[in-house]
Amino acid sequence: MRVEKHPVLGDLPEAKLVTITVDGRRIQAREGEVIAAALSAAGIRAFRKTPIHHKPRGLFCAIGRCTDCAMTVDGVPNVRTCVTRVREGMEIETQDGLGKWGEGK
Amino acid sequence: MTYQTQVAIIGAGPAGLSAALEVAKQGGKVMVFDENDRAGGQLFKQIHKFFGSGHHGAGVRGIRLGQQLLEQCIQSGVEICLSTVVFGIFPGNELGIVKDGRSHTVKADKILIAAGAGEKPLAFPGWDLPGVMGAGAAQTMVNINRVRPGNRILTIGSGNVGLVVSYQLLQAGASVAGIVEGLPKINGYAVHANKLMRQGVPVYLSHTVIEARGDGQVEEAVIAEVGPGFVPIEGTEQTLSVDTICLAVGLTPSVELPRMAELAMVHLPKMGGYIPLHDSHMRSSNPDIYVAGDVAGIEEASTAMEEGKLAGVSMAEALGLVSAQRARELAGEIEERIGELRIGSHGDARRMAKEEIVRGYEAWLAKQK
Ligand SMILES: Cc1cc2nc3c(=O)[nH]c(=O)nc-3n(C[C@H](O)[C@H](O)[C@H](O)COP(=O)(O)OP(=O)(O)OC[C@H]3O[C@@H](n4cnc5c(N)ncnc54)[C@H](O)[C@@H]3O)c2cc1C
Ligand code: FES
Repeated sequence: MRVEKHPVLGDLPEAKLVTITVDGRRIQAREGEVIAAALSAAGIRAFRKTPIHHKPRGLFCAIGRCTDCAMTVDGVPNVRTCVTRVREGMEIETQDGLGKWGEGK
Repeated sequence: MTYQTQVAIIGAGPAGLSAALEVAKQGGKVMVFDENDRAGGQLFKQIHKFFGSGHHGAGVRGIRLGQQLLEQCIQSGVEICLSTVVFGIFPGNELGIVKDGRSHTVKADKILIAAGAGEKPLAFPGWDLPGVMGAGAAQTMVNINRVRPGNRILTIGSGNVGLVVSYQLLQAGASVAGIVEGLPKINGYAVHANKLMRQGVPVYLSHTVIEARGDGQVEEAVIAEVGPGFVPIEGTEQTLSVDTICLAVGLTPSVELPRMAELAMVHLPKMGGYIPLHDSHMRSSNPDIYVAGDVAGIEEASTAMEEGKLAGVSMAEALGLVSAQRARELAGEIEERIGELRIGSHGDARRMAKEEIVRGYEAWLAKQK
């Protein structure tokens, strides 16, 4: 789902790849991109489950305002993945409800 | 730690940067705060060419306009603090900011709130499924993150945001299954609409979305024709196979900070919702706090820049950096350009709404005496 070619922005520049883990599955991400971009590129759309009905939620505002994209990242819950950049070896977990400290670490 | 400045500006969008530049030109010390890690506000996502007259940057892409403003600010000595959230505004002209997980205080003689606007949501069965998102979110994904949020898109709303984002999704290689509009006519500029229609994108006028369906994510959207009072007409339902629904149903001013500062407000649906009352030179009901741009009523980047300049001139005057006479001259030139922007059927309505805000301010002021 990456936009490789673009009539105004040009070709997607080369980037170093890093490996991150999402619910135990290893995926490749472009160094410096936000977590939500890496997940979307890998076809992952459900980021968390709601606290009461455990229904899936995904990206909604992409600018850090709505918190719908919150996940547990390196053991820290409620990280807004649309404004947090990937790092080599990052461990990301789908968050159920409000999340618990230390999950996924 | 505590920072001290003459002018503190919240928001490095076109309004905030234009104001900063105006104050800096008069020799004032300015700090601008923005939670993004790039300056330019909405502009840095806008890869299309803008409208308006020459000195309003017509024909220039928004992203380029933002860069130009930023360069001018830096050359003039404006301090721009990115990745910095302003979380509060407190009595005594103090701002609370967070940078790198630490909080600090900023004390300023004058404060400008140029926080822009947020997207309005729209609730319908299934709107909480992954794949339903703001049109601005889809735009950020393709133009900034260079990832498509989905491959088959349905856009709700035919205002300029809906039209521009739909076209940009096509440019990013997605297909657009249609644009749904509740009104019997397209709401945005014809130039944007024509670009989509030339690509064969259907526009469903007098229609609304009634449901999003899918197992764990959007797989289809149900739309229907609406009758009087926007009530869906039974039997007109159609199911479209899409994986993404973009909501472009309007913007609303981001008034969290104006509320915290207890600024007097007025509710004007035409301008997006609650708006801080202000005088004709952008001063709010608190004489040390100014507002400009989308937070002072949803308009365009061009008007946001002019309002920013106007606020900049008023703050410079209030700080004694320019004489009253020079400030009047500068403000006069700016107001003339704003006048040129608020013409035509869209512009007239905005001009009248703006006049209502200023009248509201005057009525509020009269009551204080
Ligand atoms: C899809 C789309 C297409 C558009 N096309 C056009 C066009 O063709 N022509 C045109 O003239 N206009 C266009 N516009 C409108 C234009 O972009 C906006 O009117 C303009 O950007 C408003 O400027 P602003 O400075 O008021 O706010 P913004 O540009 O929204 O900037 C506000 C900034 O404040 C920051 N901020 C808010 N709160 C805080 C806080 N508490 N702490 C720190 N930072 C904060 C935000 O992060 C943001 O960067 C378009 C808008 C959209 C969405
Ligand atoms: S999608 Fe809204 S905060 Fe990330």
